Amino acid sequence: MSEFAVERQIDRSQMEVSDKVAVQITHMNKWYGTFHVLRDINLSVNEGERIVIAGPSGSGKSTLIRCINRLEEHQSGEIIVDGTELSSDLKNIDKIRSEVGMVFQHFNLFPHLTILENCTLAPIWVRKIPRKEAEETAMHFLEKVKIPEQALKYPGQLSGGQQQRVAIARSLCMMPRIMLFDEPTSALDPEMIKEVLETMIQLAEEGMTMLCVTHEMGFAKQVANRVIFMDQGQIVEQNEPNEFFNNPQHERTKLFLSQILGH
Amino acid sequence: MVDIHFVRKSMIEEQEPPVATTGVAGWIRENLFSSPLNAVLSILSLAFIFYVLSALLPWIISPTWAATSLGECREILAGHEGACWGVIRERWLQLLFGFYPRELYWRVVLDFALLIVAVAPVLFTGLPRKMLVFSAIYPFLMPWLLWGGSVWNPIAAALGFVLGYYAHKLAKPTLGSLAAVILAFVIPIIWWAFLSGPVVDALASVLPLITLEGVESRNFGGFMLSITIGVVAIAISLPIGIVLALGRQSNLFIVRSLSVGFIEFIRGVPLITLLFVASTLLNIFMPPGTDFDIILRVIIMVTLFASAYMAEVVRGGLAALPKGQYEAADALGLDFWMAQRLIIMPQALKISIPGIVSTFIGVFKDTTLVSIIGLLDPIGLSTSIRADQAWNGVVWELYGFIALMFFIFCFSMSRYSMFLERKLQTGHR
Ligand SMILES: Nc1ncnc2c1ncn2[C@@H]1O[C@H](COP(=O)(O)OP(=O)(O)O)[C@@H](O)[C@H]1O
Ligand SMILES: [Mg+2]
Repeated sequence: MSEFAVERQIDRSQMEVSDKVAVQITHMNKWYGTFHVLRDINLSVNEGERIVIAGPSGSGKSTLIRCINRLEEHQSGEIIVDGTELSSDLKNIDKIRSEVGMVFQHFNLFPHLTILENCTLAPIWVRKIPRKEAEETAMHFLEKVKIPEQALKYPGQLSGGQQQRVAIARSLCMMPRIMLFDEPTSALDPEMIKEVLETMIQLAEEGMTMLCVTHEMGFAKQVANRVIFMDQGQIVEQNEPNEFFNNPQHERTKLFLSQILGH
Repeated sequence: MVDIHFVRKSMIEEQEPPVATTGVAGWIRENLFSSPLNAVLSILSLAFIFYVLSALLPWIISPTWAATSLGECREILAGHEGACWGVIRERWLQLLFGFYPRELYWRVVLDFALLIVAVAPVLFTGLPRKMLVFSAIYPFLMPWLLWGGSVWNPIAAALGFVLGYYAHKLAKPTLGSLAAVILAFVIPIIWWAFLSGPVVDALASVLPLITLEGVESRNFGGFMLSITIGVVAIAISLPIGIVLALGRQSNLFIVRSLSVGFIEFIRGVPLITLLFVASTLLNIFMPPGTDFDIILRVIIMVTLFASAYMAEVVRGGLAALPKGQYEAADALGLDFWMAQRLIIMPQALKISIPGIVSTFIGVFKDTTLVSIIGLLDPIGLSTSIRADQAWNGVVWELYGFIALMFFIFCFSMSRYSMFLERKLQTGHR
């Protein structure tokens, strides 16, 4: 694993953490049946933060970020996203989902729609934006992820890296205030990981609030302002990246880092 | 030691693939005689085909077109084997239209011609989308042209849907979406069941705009009957099947149980039983004196039957979709119905096309079962034709003709499904 995600200087001019809270999770618990998958999670994310969530497989990272847009339901505690509490009220859920973008490990593009249609579908149907305007926005973001020329192709005709960049563009078309990434590069070949990371870094440079589950420690070091380590459904340690990598405190963190960084 | 060192000196340019087959001879060698076993099989098959055709063709090519009775056919053939085509010449109109009044045939022909116009934009997306307006009108036009009566009948029927739409629209903001959906079902049903009849009669007597001569259901017959039952059942069973398939996956216990119960009950009962229920039992449950049209009853039963099968076919398609598709739709903020309509169903139905078309074909062929409850579909007619003194003993010609007609319809459906699958193919997997 490389030390850096990209070989260039990161532009930090717009990477500011404001003191406005974007996501507030307090005493949150979740069970799958009788299995206690998330245990007393407390996490406050400010606007503009770039958080990397790491941890061994099965530690509940995916479940945690999927709770933030209610793909999974929590059973106790409180999750407040952008001032709206997540409850079973469908209106709140729809509101939050249209403000929180999500990028999946397996892209989850809609294979029966072209790239452009993938990007315009939600803006047209959820945001009720006129088709023409939605298409202009979509092209803008496709240019940003550097694949405008693929707009009329179908997802099945694109490489994995391209598909993941489309997935990012698709989320951005909804103008989200927060982006969630669930291992966006884990299903990709090494040469494609770079292009996706580059896109994510660009987003960070523009000040997007991001929560990323990833094993790309180079990305964490270069971009994140906070790294969270999870194990057995709990937040075990969190710190700013330098301290986290160079001076881990908890035994489990040390073990995990030694395994993943190979020293 | 082996020398494993290698450096390529020049890169190889892209080249044309070798031409393996040239012309007809090449094709024959490649496809029929590529190996000794293949050659033997080919020769045996060709011999078999030749044997069958040499028996069949002389029978088919038989100069009996003009004959007016089986006896006359026998005279013409003078002891040779041969078909007696006179029966088809004399009765083909009956096989197509049953006992529909001859001077009104144009209405049936017009009806099915319009059916093609109505279905075309649904089948071929290349056609102008404006044509769909006619497709929406057609379901009301179709029964009016076939059965006749006042033009107010189709208008009243359509009005039921308009009422349902406005009931939903007006009730939703005040009463909530569940109540609105219930009202959208209940109000049209009340309208159709109790109000539309008297209203139509009143309107027809005050304002008799266009009134077509009425045709009784018992005069319906032949392919026209099969097509009517088949087309209506096919068109309605797909949406009902989709709803049932969704119901079966629902989190709501009542909805799920009802869907499963309906599907399993209907699938566990032979169609012929349902048809007997339609022809006899229903009358017992109806208040005496109600005249519930037999063809309508049969159409309802065939539709329910087809819907249960359709539901299972669609469920197969739904099950084949990865969970990620639902999650992506949810994450983008699409609500349940949008996700179903825009993401889930287009893909699930595409996967299900072969199964759906198989069900369509099955339903269409199953319409021949109505002959058992006394409707004069082509099979029923063939029995009554044979009861005629002149044609007593003609079997193969009638069944052959009927089989050919069914084959044309079913084969077209099958080809269309292949066309559709190819068209909807996106990307390679
Ligand atoms: N839908 C589910 N039902 C039951 N258990 C689940 C489900 N999804 C995940 N799990 C379990 O919950 C734990 C945490 O899963 P996950 O959040 O996916 O972990 P991670 O993303 O950190 O690898 C795992 O042990 C997994 O087996
Ligand atoms: Mg995971």
